[in-house]
Amino acid sequence: MSGERTFDTIVVGGGLQGCSVALHLAREGQRVLIIERDSCGQHASGVNAGGLRRLNRLVEEIPLSIAAQEMWHDIENLTGSDCGFRPTGQVRIAGNTEDLESLEARAQKVQALGYQHEEMISAEGLRRLVPAIGNRGVGALICRGDGFADPALTCLAFRLRAEALGASIRQGVAVTRIEQQSGDWRVYAQDQYFSAPVIVNCAGAWGDRIAAMVGDSSPLQKEALALMVTARTPHFIDPVIGHASRKLSFKQMANGTLVIGGALKAVLTERQDDTLIDFRQMKESAETVCSFFPFLDSLPVVRCWAGIEGMTPDRLPIIGPGKKSAGVFHAYGFSAHGYQLAPIVGKVIADIICKGSAAFDLDAFRIDRFN
Amino acid sequence: MKPLYDLVIIGAGPAGLAAAVTASEYGLSTMVLDEQQLPGGQIYRSIEKSVPENASALGKDYFYGENLVQEFRRSRVDYLSGATIWDIGRDLTIGYLADEQARQVRAKHILIAVGAMERPVPIPGWTLPGVMGAAAADILFKSCDMVPEGPVVLAGSGPLLLLVACRLLDNGVNVAGMVETNGFSDNLKALPYLPRALRASHYLIKGLSMRWKVRKSDIPIFQKAVKLRIEGEDSATALCFESRGKAQRIPARTVLLHEGVVPSLQLTRLLGCEHQWYARQRYWRPVLGDRGQTSVSGVSVAGDAGGIFGAKTAETAGKLAAIDIAFTLQVLSAQERDLAAYPLLKVRDREMAIRPFLDTLFPPGHEALVPPNDETLVCRCEELTAGQIREAIALGALSPGQVKAQTRSGMGPCQGRMCGLTIAEMIAASRQVSLADVGHLRVRPPVKPITLGQLANLEVVE
Repeated sequence: MSGERTFDTIVVGGGLQGCSVALHLAREGQRVLIIERDSCGQHASGVNAGGLRRLNRLVEEIPLSIAAQEMWHDIENLTGSDCGFRPTGQVRIAGNTEDLESLEARAQKVQALGYQHEEMISAEGLRRLVPAIGNRGVGALICRGDGFADPALTCLAFRLRAEALGASIRQGVAVTRIEQQSGDWRVYAQDQYFSAPVIVNCAGAWGDRIAAMVGDSSPLQKEALALMVTARTPHFIDPVIGHASRKLSFKQMANGTLVIGGALKAVLTERQDDTLIDFRQMKESAETVCSFFPFLDSLPVVRCWAGIEGMTPDRLPIIGPGKKSAGVFHAYGFSAHGYQLAPIVGKVIADIICKGSAAFDLDAFRIDRFN
Repeated sequence: MKPLYDLVIIGAGPAGLAAAVTASEYGLSTMVLDEQQLPGGQIYRSIEKSVPENASALGKDYFYGENLVQEFRRSRVDYLSGATIWDIGRDLTIGYLADEQARQVRAKHILIAVGAMERPVPIPGWTLPGVMGAAAADILFKSCDMVPEGPVVLAGSGPLLLLVACRLLDNGVNVAGMVETNGFSDNLKALPYLPRALRASHYLIKGLSMRWKVRKSDIPIFQKAVKLRIEGEDSATALCFESRGKAQRIPARTVLLHEGVVPSLQLTRLLGCEHQWYARQRYWRPVLGDRGQTSVSGVSVAGDAGGIFGAKTAETAGKLAAIDIAFTLQVLSAQERDLAAYPLLKVRDREMAIRPFLDTLFPPGHEALVPPNDETLVCRCEELTAGQIREAIALGALSPGQVKAQTRSGMGPCQGRMCGLTIAEMIAASRQVSLADVGHLRVRPPVKPITLGQLANLEVVE
């Protein structure tokens, strides 16, 4: 056992949340180490659909999501890259009056809480925003200023900025054990260990495993969500499209490709660390896309892939201090919608560690809320 | 068509054809899916349509395939030509596209006999019109009776380069030069393998006679060529290089590049088969048992898809795989299997004896592996240069997957077939580690593009 080095904080997991935490801690002058089992951003962080959505957020997340979106609009300042950020807006289409009623109820609920970012538009307004939709929508709930970014580029930008600010990164090293040793945490990874007074668990779909190493526990279900991307096609749509009652979710990237998703489940391999595409699901998704945009019929699908997500029972993330011991913080279980939150999550965790408190109420995200 | 076959064979080259005939003899319900319109693979391509005038240029090794194809046509096998495989699931459900209709078929066992592809040769100008693979030119001759426009320059390394040169000469094409990236030092390195290669002396004789034909033809021959570069604005006009310290320029309308062939691995990768790095010829190949068994149960490989051993070995490997599959499906006992396999294994060992010699004599040229010039296009689909790939490596990308995430290399319709090996070689060279430690691009389905409409109309099997 060798190679002990002492840090202020060790972040377990080099996904986007881990890199954001490291970036914000390094900004505060901390010596930070990220330990990543595979490579940074290899799983859900780097391969998700890239949607940046306040629209239809779980209400508990709205304050964080609003703050995060403000940071996205200034992402180049934070990371040194535009991260492929495109504020094209997000649209949730109503296909019939029933859809329309549920979207209107949602809009009223959010507005009653004092938020103004989600608004209803008419069928006519939808056609103006998305001419390609024709008469296949009777209205929509939209959020201007939402949009999308490039997940792989985002992970790279956050990682490089964290490194530039002095953070260290060890990739391809799996954490096997965490122990307390005279006030410090000792994180064992393969044949070495690293020590720091504080550790942050950003292990994504494997966050429950790391939590268990420090005596905390939470239910977490792994799920593989699949996406497909098409060949490039001339620009025909700006906002990110979703649907009130059908599995439709897609966007046209700046290079002209379409990224199509919508809670399409892939199969997790036995060891639960790899994903397999189920083309019956992809067929359904293709059917939906073609029914809304028939002219896409002859567009080739170039590639399908899936990322592994950690899903909590209430679909809210776990963000905040550990319960068993001091000096432990968790930020995992983002349940397939953590990408947009990443800039603010890193700041919140860094604020608690460096300043003792954060500007947000994290009660809904407590790790022990399931007990 | 049935929803479930004992055996589905992918590919109708020598391995697939021989396997199909053998499997049907054992009574296995067998389906053959092949991308081409006619059986024969690349080596016996379009043999049923070959024109008599080309008989002498194509040679007796080509017409050997007639018998194989006839036997296949007589066998009780469901054969679907023009079928593109776009997915194989781990439950051995195969997704294919034929006549614009996407369908699925299930198999108890799959034999992958998809052969090889020419190693991409990324040198400056390699994407210009007028530049193509030597094997590709050979296929055009076999299937369309077409020869390239002269003057033609052949460049690279490998027995196929020699074969194509001879075919061009036989057809009266103006061959302006033969530019080899290997040379005398490779002859020396190969020498220790010569005694073993004598067991397969028919290959040596064929090779020497081809070499003799090129020699006496007065074609300028250059060896150990470096700094290869194709000149031209809208199409190739010349090949430039250095040989023995001297700059050379050969005007040409067609440049045929060849640095050997490498196994086609999309399907074995997709299925999660274990692969090994073969350093001598610098390619990956699936780890196979004696009779073609992969590390994934229900999946076997025969022919060049399992490593480059040539047509005769592929045929034997196809038979061996079918015998093994018949045993797995409990049609043969272990004893029957071993009895049937024994003579075939001996034949195959003899055929394979030439390989260490050939593989050492014709190493892929170093510049084709790691393009030294930053402007050279590496990923054709996403139009990325060697310089852009090197930039990503400098930013900390440790694997082809990370380079892909940073640059989009390998994200286009070819799924990294063209750039995958080059990028891995570039990372290995930059990190100074073995390519085996660098890994490979992950294959994501569909391995061949299918349209949204075709996917929406997919006929699924339960």
